[in-house]
Amino acid sequence: MKVLLGIGGSDDSIRALEKTVERTANVDDDLTVAIVDNPSVERSREDIETRVTELLDERGVEATVRLLDGDAGSALVDLAENEGFDQLVLGGGETSPMGKIQIGSIAEFVLLNSHVTVTLVR
Amino acid sequence: MSDRTFSDAVADPYDAPPLSFTDREDRTIEVRAYDGSDEEMEALVEMYDAFDPSDRAQGIPPGREDRIRDWLENILDEDCLNVIAWDGGEVAGHATLVPDGDAYELAIFVHQTYQRAGIGTRLIKALLGYGRVSGVEKVWLTVERWNRAAVGLYQTVGFETSDAESFELEMTIRLAEPPDDEGG
Repeated sequence: MKVLLGIGGSDDSIRALEKTVERTANVDDDLTVAIVDNPSVERSREDIETRVTELLDERGVEATVRLLDGDAGSALVDLAENEGFDQLVLGGGETSPMGKIQIGSIAEFVLLNSHVTVTLVR
Repeated sequence: MSDRTFSDAVADPYDAPPLSFTDREDRTIEVRAYDGSDEEMEALVEMYDAFDPSDRAQGIPPGREDRIRDWLENILDEDCLNVIAWDGGEVAGHATLVPDGDAYELAIFVHQTYQRAGIGTRLIKALLGYGRVSGVEKVWLTVERWNRAAVGLYQTVGFETSDAESFELEMTIRLAEPPDDEGG
C-alpha cells in the first residue's frame, strides 16, 4: 500500500510518525513522509527532519522524505491525489486539560477535502 | 499558550454551592462541591458508567470503567473545582473546572434520567459561583456546534463564542476583573 504521512511537528504528529514507521516495518508499505508547515508549532523543520531520519534509520525502514511548502492541508491533499496514494495518515489530535480530543486544523481540512482515505492515529 | 479571547465585562455573580432546588420533575436536587471522599468519587463512577455513549463529547466521559476512573482521578484533583448535583445519594449531574494556564476549562454532564429538568442551568451557575468565590478569573470550553441545547445553556449563563473556525465552537466567560499590574 502506498502511504503518505503528513507531519507538521505537533506532538500528535510525532506519535503518528512513530506508529506509522512501526507499521511500515511490519507490513512493507511504500511510505512517503511529507514534512509540512504547521503555524501553531515551534519545532523547526530541521528538527522534524532529523527526528524522521533518525527514526527511519533506527527501525531500518526505507521511506521518501519530502518537504511541502504552502498551506499544509491543501498541499497534502494535492500530493495524495496526484501521485496515487492509497492512504493519507495524520496525527489524531491533542487532548485538552479536561481530556477532550481536539482535532488539529490540518486534519480538519484534510478530512473534509481529501478523496484519498484518511487515517488519524490515536 | 493559546491566544483565546475573553470579554472585558465580568459575568453575573452566581451563588456558590451548597444550594438546593426542586427540578421540573418535582425532585429535590442538592448541589454541593465535591468533598474529596471516596464515596462521592464512587457515586460519580456509577453515574458515568451508566452514561449514554451518544451523549459523549470529544471523547469524554470515556467508555470503560477503568478509563472513567483514570479520567476522574485527573479532574477530581485538588487543583480542580468540582460541583455535583445530587438526588438523594444518586448523582444527577457533575460539572468541573480544570486549570489551564491562567484560565480554567469547563465541562458539565447531566445523566440522561435527569436531563430537560432544569438541572444543567442550576449546576453550571453553581459551578461558576464556586469558581468566582475561589478566585477563578477566566473560563473556556468547547462544544460541538450541532449541540444546540448545550450552546444555548452556555449563552444563557453568559458565555460568548470566541472561536467559530474549528469543528467545535470555543466559548469563553470572564468571572473577575484582571489582576492589577504588578507593582501598581
